[in-house]
Amino acid sequence: MNEIMEQLKQIFKLNEFNQEREDLYFITAEKEQLVSLLTHLRDIHQFTSLIFLQAVDYIEDNLFQLTYMTHNYDKHISLGIRVKIDRQAAEMSSIHHLWEHAETFQRELKELFGIDFPGSPGIDSGFVLEGWEDIPPMRKDFDTVKYAEKTFFPRPGRKTHDPAEYMKNKLYPENN
Amino acid sequence: MFEGDRSKFPEIKDGRPVIDLDSQKFIKVWQGPQHPGVTENIALELTVSGDEVVELKTHVGYLHRGFEKLLERRTFIQGFTIVCRICVPEPDTNEYLYAAALEELGNIEIPEKALWLRTLTLEMSRLASFLMWIGGQAGSFGMGTIGQWSVAHRDFILDLFEELSGGRIYHMYIIPGGVRGDIPPGFVSRLKKVLRKIDVLLEDIDKVLFNNILFKKRAVGLGVITKEMIDKFGVTGPAAKAAGYDRDLRKDLPYLIYNKLDFDVITGSDSDAFTRAKVRFAEMHQSVELIRQIIARMPEKGEFHTKLPNVLHWRIKPGETWVQAEASRGEYGYYIVTDGSAYPRRIAVRGPSYSNAISLLQKLAVNTNIADIAGLMVSLHTCPPEIER
Repeated sequence: MNEIMEQLKQIFKLNEFNQEREDLYFITAEKEQLVSLLTHLRDIHQFTSLIFLQAVDYIEDNLFQLTYMTHNYDKHISLGIRVKIDRQAAEMSSIHHLWEHAETFQRELKELFGIDFPGSPGIDSGFVLEGWEDIPPMRKDFDTVKYAEKTFFPRPGRKTHDPAEYMKNKLYPENN
Repeated sequence: MFEGDRSKFPEIKDGRPVIDLDSQKFIKVWQGPQHPGVTENIALELTVSGDEVVELKTHVGYLHRGFEKLLERRTFIQGFTIVCRICVPEPDTNEYLYAAALEELGNIEIPEKALWLRTLTLEMSRLASFLMWIGGQAGSFGMGTIGQWSVAHRDFILDLFEELSGGRIYHMYIIPGGVRGDIPPGFVSRLKKVLRKIDVLLEDIDKVLFNNILFKKRAVGLGVITKEMIDKFGVTGPAAKAAGYDRDLRKDLPYLIYNKLDFDVITGSDSDAFTRAKVRFAEMHQSVELIRQIIARMPEKGEFHTKLPNVLHWRIKPGETWVQAEASRGEYGYYIVTDGSAYPRRIAVRGPSYSNAISLLQKLAVNTNIADIAGLMVSLHTCPPEIER
């Protein structure tokens, strides 16, 4: 793996190379070089499989980290490529031409994180949500409790009780 | 399968068929979300011309419980009761992967006995999952009786799980640090008895399913996945093995005690629904054999759980990891990012259905007879909750 890294470093600008396990490595790449890096890994170094593409929200740094996990079935090594992108203008190049199922990951990230992948087929067709108007729900600043309180409300005609108080009254009515 | 040259119908523009519903040549049919021919909560939007499917779109979102978002708001120990719900037929893979990822990030070593018990439950759940699948596969080709047999036998395994963990469907048995308990007295002999029953069942299924002309006629040549498609669509597990790839994480990157067990990776060559069924059927036999090996060699005594830090205040140092295991449907994995707090920063689940049920199914369904869609879908062994986590 170190040999591959040396070769890659001559072509691409790579930071933070770390080995997590014997079979798992992570590198951080530049946003602009990602598509050519993935193509290079796939065609030259046999990282032929894209396992997943996911995003991590670093709201405090105003960044999204995209993780592209690739796998080499000859050497049985997984390589995660991390790319940091701006959270405000969240946009990334599409890789649907490299792997067919990347399109689904990109559709999911568009809907749940609001990261755009221009040119990806059916990118706006939605993934799991229907008629969603709020901010993308997987972002860290999306408050699930606030959303639930705003959207759903208790049905009228129902009483709520403090469970401890209610059971005390029910079991020991003579104490009241 | 179809007469005449259909390559020019319908016209393909930008990779998509041009479908004009007003032309009265096409009908849109929904298969699901409530339909015996789909696996769980998923809907297939079919555009058919006659009885031939010209386009299929997969719709998910009928179960969406937002597991990943939910996990970000739970402490690490609270999360473990949620993860098993991500895949109903085979929850133990989720439990194992979640626990394994946390153990790796938190530098926790688990005792030897726990490794054996974890492997035992993983193989038992693999067998239960396959039993459910073979019922669906036979049922989708009109042989409902096999489904009744196999689901009844799956129940015998669920009885054992109930005995082991207290839960039939969701076991919550594999927890960070080990497992929740040792096997109860007499468990091994009851397990052996169930395995003998399953042996008989598999013999019966072999006779009535794989030698059945109806099944052969419909499944041979259905949904062929070429070798080139495997990596392009991210296909793993029995679907990749049926195409001739000997890829199995239990062999390639042995986890738990799989390196101590004796087994070979089963492969096929024709890569159609029939070969996939054959590969899975052989894996059922293999699973029975692996369970027998495990119970014969498992250490009788020993710790099954290691001491964890106070789980109510458990903070894991910043880091990220990706752990994988071979589930019955293919390679299953958890990507966990921690940031030093008591909550995970991000948990992403990658199940094999993610590519199988969407991009791959959409591709394979084109030009298939509408009656075979159910059989095709089950032959990819999909489980929608792992798509819409």
